[in-house]
Amino acid sequence: MAGMLPSPKAAVLEVQETALLAFRAFRRAFRKPFYIRDILTQMDHVGVGSLTIIMLTGFFTGAVLTLQSASEMSRFGAVGLTGTLVAVSLVRELGPVLGALMVAGRVGSGMASELGSMIVTEQVNAMRALGTDPIKKLVVPRLLATVSMQPLLTVVACSMGIIGGLAVAVGILRTSPDLYLNSAWNGLDYYDITGGLLVKPVFFGAVVAVVSCRCGMRTEGGTRGVGRSTTQAVVVSSLLILVSDYFLTQLILEYSP
Amino acid sequence: MSRANGDGSRVRVAPAPLIELRNVTKYYGDVRVLDGVSFALHEGQTKIVLGGSGSGKSTMLKLMMGLETPDSGQVLIEGVDLGRAGERQLMRLRPRIGMVFQESALFDSLSVFENVAFRLSEVGTDEDTIRDRVREVLGFVGLEDAIDKMPAELSGGMKRRVALARALVSRPAVMLYDEPTAGLDPITSRRINELIIRLRDVRGVSGVFVTHRLRDAFTLASEIAVESGGRVRFIREDGTFCLPHTRFVMLRNGRTIFEGPDEVLRRSDDAYIRQFIA
Repeated sequence: MAGMLPSPKAAVLEVQETALLAFRAFRRAFRKPFYIRDILTQMDHVGVGSLTIIMLTGFFTGAVLTLQSASEMSRFGAVGLTGTLVAVSLVRELGPVLGALMVAGRVGSGMASELGSMIVTEQVNAMRALGTDPIKKLVVPRLLATVSMQPLLTVVACSMGIIGGLAVAVGILRTSPDLYLNSAWNGLDYYDITGGLLVKPVFFGAVVAVVSCRCGMRTEGGTRGVGRSTTQAVVVSSLLILVSDYFLTQLILEYSP
Repeated sequence: MSRANGDGSRVRVAPAPLIELRNVTKYYGDVRVLDGVSFALHEGQTKIVLGGSGSGKSTMLKLMMGLETPDSGQVLIEGVDLGRAGERQLMRLRPRIGMVFQESALFDSLSVFENVAFRLSEVGTDEDTIRDRVREVLGFVGLEDAIDKMPAELSGGMKRRVALARALVSRPAVMLYDEPTAGLDPITSRRINELIIRLRDVRGVSGVFVTHRLRDAFTLASEIAVESGGRVRFIREDGTFCLPHTRFVMLRNGRTIFEGPDEVLRRSDDAYIRQFIA
């Protein structure tokens, strides 16, 4: 990787390979054997393992958002709307996006380096030689785990964000907790919840898993290659999260009244 | 295998080779790794593939195992063309071949037991059978005590033996060895070689042995294992017998430049071979 930019042909080929991997993994997810144990292990790793950083991310994002917005809002005499502003920004954008970025950093890098090491030590070839499909055994459990855990993590991030906001609103800005919570609750509608806590996290989760697994599986060139794949997995999935967030938002706004 | 003749009599038909490569060419990028290589391994045979680094030896094994596909030519396992075989046929053929990888390639997140049991548990064999079979093959390689260890706790030679056990668990008809002694000291190498010779002579497992280490190659070509009263002895070839089923194949730049027994290889006057075996 001389520089980060591949040639146009290589880039198109890579997009094709990644799409193909996503397609294959998706199809195999519905075929036996189901590797329940591997799926549960991955869910534990992705979900429970990321809980602390997701809670901290959510809490401090909500807190700082409240601090920043309250001072602006007070200029318009609209401090009462702080809760709405915090809740809507968190649920629509910051919760899903920051949550996914944290998972890309923590889980995506782990997936790419683990699969990459398995490739360079020929463990993946050994698996194929023993008659097991690596996509089924390695990629599918990771994909299912991230796709199912990401929405839950996002809910946690948003809840912690609102709690963080509450702490600042009550502790520092001296507003009443009822005012803040009511305004937060009233600000959200059905489309915020489905878009921000379901559609986006599921999509971002799939992006992280597919991109990271693909980066891991295409590793070549020993330990150095593993390092490269890990970096690529985080950079590419983070970028894709931010870019696809724009288009997903456009789509969600179009469908919401 | 026999076939009915026109007049009702039966004629013997030679069985298809266990593994056959027909005029196989393989590229990695722009580099031609194999260039029209043909190869056949019949039941009971052992072929030792020699060649320097980059001569295409490992690629040959990967093609035989179906891990790589040829750019042209065919790979046949027991007469079935891998390029045309369906998933069902491949599932039936895979357990017939076992492979030992260069650096063992043990699954480092699994214990020795789980590594060896991998293939059996993947196809849903019941727990008791798995236990028995794993103990049996670990017993064969002399590692029953390491059953609960993790790969990281094993020495290089032990890892190789676990890899051998893992490949043997489905009782394959052919074993593919990709430099099984690379990086091991002479005594440990000897131990691995003895296991391979025992598999060949006592259990009748055919094999393809890829190496660039001549010493191992000639050990394999000149010793036999004899089992009597539960003990295995190794006898070195002398004037009284020779091993008819062990043959050498030599590769150079993706082409076969020699095929035959060790006596002929030693007498070859090809400059490259002379230099290689000197």
